Amino acid sequence: MKALLWRDLALAVRAGGGFGLGLAFFLIVVVLVPFGVGPDRTILSAIAPGILWVAALLAALLSLDRIFALDYEDGALALLATAPVPLEGVALVKALAHWITTGLPLTLVAPLLGFFLNMDPAAYAYMFASLALGTPALSVIGSFGAALTVGLRRGGLLLSLLVLPLYVPTLIFGAEAVRRGVDQTGAAAPLMLVGAISLGCIALLPFAAAAVLRINLR
Amino acid sequence: MTALLSVRDLRCARGGVPVLERVSFDLAVGQALILRGPNGVGKTTLLRTLAGLQPALSGEVICAEGVTAYASHADGIKTALTVAENLSFWAQVHDRTVPDSVYATFDLLALRDRAAGTLSAGQKRRVGLARLAVIGRPVLFLDEPTVSLDAFSVAMFAGWMRDVHLAGGGCAVIATHIDLQIDAPTLDLTPFVAAADADGGSDADFL
Amino acid sequence: MSMWEYANPKKFMDWTAPVLPWAFGIAGLLTGVGLVWGFFFTPEAELFGATVKIIYLHVPAALMAINAWFMMLVASLIWVIRRHHVSALAARAAAPVGMVMTVIALATGALWGIPTWGTYWVWDPRLTSFMILFLFYLGYIALWEAIEDPDTAADLTAILCIVGSVFAILSRYAVRFWNQGLHQGTSVPVVTGGRTVADVYWVPLLMCMIGFGVLFVALVLLRTRTEIRLRRMRALTARTTRAA
Repeated sequence: MKALLWRDLALAVRAGGGFGLGLAFFLIVVVLVPFGVGPDRTILSAIAPGILWVAALLAALLSLDRIFALDYEDGALALLATAPVPLEGVALVKALAHWITTGLPLTLVAPLLGFFLNMDPAAYAYMFASLALGTPALSVIGSFGAALTVGLRRGGLLLSLLVLPLYVPTLIFGAEAVRRGVDQTGAAAPLMLVGAISLGCIALLPFAAAAVLRINLR
Repeated sequence: MTALLSVRDLRCARGGVPVLERVSFDLAVGQALILRGPNGVGKTTLLRTLAGLQPALSGEVICAEGVTAYASHADGIKTALTVAENLSFWAQVHDRTVPDSVYATFDLLALRDRAAGTLSAGQKRRVGLARLAVIGRPVLFLDEPTVSLDAFSVAMFAGWMRDVHLAGGGCAVIATHIDLQIDAPTLDLTPFVAAADADGGSDADFL
Repeated sequence: MSMWEYANPKKFMDWTAPVLPWAFGIAGLLTGVGLVWGFFFTPEAELFGATVKIIYLHVPAALMAINAWFMMLVASLIWVIRRHHVSALAARAAAPVGMVMTVIALATGALWGIPTWGTYWVWDPRLTSFMILFLFYLGYIALWEAIEDPDTAADLTAILCIVGSVFAILSRYAVRFWNQGLHQGTSVPVVTGGRTVADVYWVPLLMCMIGFGVLFVALVLLRTRTEIRLRRMRALTARTTRAA
């Protein structure tokens, strides 16, 4: 298991796409938004949490199809399925590797980018907390979607279509936590809910992902 | 002598249609079985069914838990990692360490720290075969293991199979089109091809 | 003889053939009478005016949009547990019907929004939930279409349906948490029994709701029969090519 995590991280780093690509995408989206909505600081300030959350979601989506597809193509997935490691564990470890290469850096960088969007100073801590609690759910849900579409030649677009609706509750609670944090209307409830979604996904979805992988390997 | 692997009246399907039926054989310690038959006869389907990657329609595969390994031409070698890293990854997954002798056996000493992406097809294949020596599983299901190997490498692989794997208490089912020079019975799958109207398979409900 | 025998494809074809015209007949009669009665022979509401009459399309469609997904969930569970092919094909057959019902509910809702709320669309929890439901239908159908092997497709879509149902319910509560909304409460609360629709509107509405339900059953039976025939053709072609 640990070996798999290290291998996935090493592959992400050496393939060059790992840490850099998701972050660069995140940055570009944040830079493009003011061009789209205009440089008005009050508007930007109001939408900053939402923009950061949606951008984080899209950046996480960007690298999802690589979670299983490469291992499926070169046969490593079939070998892992016959190796003495549970496929559920493989799914969870791969989701963890995805989170370390995308979710974690996004969480760390988001407050910095909030600066460019004139985010309310009160929002920084909530932004960080909600992303830290919510991005694990994005990775685990994404790994389920990636497992569903692993056998398809052009699964990328379908993957987004399947995964984005599943992201709705995480996005709602995550962005709501920041909004309520700024308005001082009680951010604890949405923060706990977003954490609950992450924990629930981590506990249950690897089983669904493993079941789906076994079907795709048949 | 007890059998490491017993196959009883196995019937396997591909895409909902039965392709092979009545397949039975036993393999004892030190024995290999060479599968033959024209392309598309169902060698890969049989090997994948034996390895548990796809369910059998009926019949049984009797084998201890956690002793089998499957290998096809897609050998899961990561091009971004070095040869040593690739092998040590599979060793760790199987809770083992890479024995140094493996590099000599498969003529990989000089390639040890090369990225697998820079290897030729034959060299890569040798790494894939070296994986089998690393994971230490006694029952091997090999699908065309010698594809893209030169004659020298084929002899090297056959030597390992004969002198190390089989002599060391393993057994193997190998689908191949070339003569490996291993003293092993061959099983031609042609007589076992399922009849066109064979029962079973998920299509059967609709016919 | 167990009830599951009717799930055998051949048996299913046998018993659905005579049922189908009756189902379509009853559905046509109920919806026809219900709609005509509702549109032309009920008074205009004090608050809403004539626009209230869109309720005869809006409520039944919304009801069936949700029930169709629920039926797909049950069918998917039956496929995963008991592996009856008809069950998987029925889930596949129901998806486009459910999606059309969702679109009808959204479209009639938008038309109704103009006179009552002054806008076609608001990000109200109910509307948003239906939009999300529509996306779920879209993904489900796209996954069916994308996978070639019928059994693999049935397995994967069944798991997607089960996981999707959990997230659909989560989304529904998340959306309510997010925005309290303009939409009135449910007109026909089944659980509490106290409806808010006046008696004059109630009978034609009930006819439309039952009519839409029967129409859904009829459409799903018809589409399932088509799916079974397609699958049978595929199986026969496979056998002929093998025999040749």
